[in-house]
Parts: sequence; C-alpha cells; structure tokens
Amino acid sequence: MADPMRIRAQAKDGVTDVRVLMAHPMETGFRKDASGKTIPPHFINDVKATSNGKTVLTAKWGQAVSQNPFLQFRFRGAKAGDKVAVTWTDNIGETRTDEATIS
Amino acid sequence: MNRFILAALALCSSCAVAQTASDGIAQYRAMLADGNPAELWEARGEALWKLPRGPKSASLERCDLGRGAGVVKGVFVELPRYFADTGRVQDLESRLVTCMQDLQGFNAAEIVKTPFGKGEQVSLEGLVAWISSESSGMKFSLPQTHPQEKDMYEAGKRVFYFRGGPYDFACASCHGQEGKRIRLQDLPDLTTQKGAGAGFGAWPAYRVSSGELWSMQRRLSDCYRQQRFPYPGFTSDVTIALSVYLGVTARGAESIAPALKR
Repeated sequence: MADPMRIRAQAKDGVTDVRVLMAHPMETGFRKDASGKTIPPHFINDVKATSNGKTVLTAKWGQAVSQNPFLQFRFRGAKAGDKVAVTWTDNIGETRTDEATIS
Repeated sequence: MNRFILAALALCSSCAVAQTASDGIAQYRAMLADGNPAELWEARGEALWKLPRGPKSASLERCDLGRGAGVVKGVFVELPRYFADTGRVQDLESRLVTCMQDLQGFNAAEIVKTPFGKGEQVSLEGLVAWISSESSGMKFSLPQTHPQEKDMYEAGKRVFYFRGGPYDFACASCHGQEGKRIRLQDLPDLTTQKGAGAGFGAWPAYRVSSGELWSMQRRLSDCYRQQRFPYPGFTSDVTIALSVYLGVTARGAESIAPALKR
C-alpha cells in the first residue's frame, strides 16, 4: 500500500490552486542495484484530479518525472469547502486516491 | 530568425537572475521549498510515533526526549543534551534508539549496525523528520549546565579541528573559513554562529539528488566518508560531540528542519 499524498488546495478569486506531493519511487527501469541487476521500472503513468464530480486535470506521466513528485495546478469552478480528489496509477497497476477540502 | 533572437533573450533574462552558481542553487531551492518531500517523511514519522510496534508492541508516545515523557514540541532545538537515565549526552537519533529499546523492545545494537536507508533506520528517518518539524522556527538553545554537556562541547571542538586521514583533513579544512565551497556548493563557516545556524540548523533534510531524508547522524557520517576517515559509527560519541559543538555555536539561530537540499 502506497503512502498517502499531501494535498493542499486554496481558492482565491474563483481560481483554486492545488499543490500535491506524492510518495513514489519513480524507478525508470534504467538503473542498476549494487549487485548489477536492473531495477524494474516502477513509475506513475496516469494522474487524474476531480472536483464536484468533474475531471479537472488528467496527465500522462513517464520515467522523466522525479522521485516523490510535486504537482501544482489551478482550475476554475470550485469554492472553499468543496473537495478535490487526486488519483495516480502506476505501470504495475498500483493506485492511490486522496482527497482534500479546499480552503 | 526573429524567433531565435527572442529565445536567446528569454534565456538571458533567466541568467540575469541566476548570476552565480550559488544564486542558481538558492533559486532552485526556493522553487522546490513549496513542495518539500520531507513532508512525506513527517507524515510517516508522526504515524510511527503513535503506532504500537516492536516485541513489546508499544508506541513511542511515552518517550522522553528531554522535556518529559511524550513531549515533542521544542525538544529538537535543545538536543543533544544530557539524560540522567542513560547517564550520557544523546542526540535525537541516539535518544530515539534508547526509547525504541526501552519502550518497544527493539535491539538497540541491531539498529545501530543497520546501514542507513534499511530496516529500522527507515523508521528513524520518518521520526527525526516529524520531531524536528515540531520545532521548526524555534531557536537553538542547547543546554550547557551538566558537566558532561560541557565536556562534549570541548570534545566536539577538538574533533572539529582534528586533522587526519589520507587527505590530512579536518572539518575545519572546509568549514573553518568564510567563502569556501566544494564544486558549486557554498560551505558555511561552522565556527561562527551564523554559519553553524545555517549548517547545523538545516538538518534533517530531504536530498533531491538521492530522494532520501538524511538525519544529522547521516550527514556527519558522510562528511567523514568525504574526508576518507573511517566510519565513526551510528550514534557514536564522536558524532554526538560534534553535534553539541555545532549546536551550541548555533545558539539563537532558527531551526528550519526538515530542510531541502540539492
């Protein structure tokens, strides 16, 4: 089970600013361990954010994204008190969803 | 053609901001500071503190870090300090190992032998991140009342200036003067209050290059590796003495731990 994300969301003048920190190794599949064996690829390839039942962001990610990635984005149409949920899915099928209340 | 000139101009406006390499590093840190992944370790550490674990299936909530059993807020800026129950000066990591042995029944010698980033060392990373974050913004004021605390300060100072190893190196070789650097990295002068505050006050920290959270113990061990000294040992007296010397020198400086490092 993956560690929880840290999500902070703030609404100002109709625009919601969302900052997400994800815990993920983001292994490229090109690295080798101490014994010379290739470390299998393990990275997030799909990110989706929803708010009030609407999808506000979808992203396709790959190996070039850093370990423990940080994502910041803005969207319109939500207000303080609403919820925003972020989901990631990685290449081996693991997934994690976390939700935060917009302040 | 015009497009190329525009692109060149756009590039130059960003180089004007980053005039030197160290400015560039400062800018990079500022950009990342908003989403410091150390927060992920903080969350893990807080959960670990409250989770019953180990052979005795107990949590660490009764651990005394210097301000009484279970008190976490403000303890980080007063460590290392003397603890009467163990009869020695301890830093955060060694004190946590004591608590993990006494309260949870873990084998302290086993944890000390575990390499960084493995087994219970991973638990310690989370714990130091969370505990240090609970004192973020507070000012360092290490106690110097017990004779052992004074001894550790003097020992740490001597260790700091002790030259040895194949490179004939001391901590002071790199950290004893203003304006020194390794490659592009500015080195704080750890003999001054300002420098020690910037150096000692920034650990534990998340290192972007390795994606790891490093405690002060790991930082000091790696300094010794860079100096080509033998490994001093996790929570060894020499590393604690150095921490006392640096922490006392940094008195009054603000703790920004857990910080972010390149």
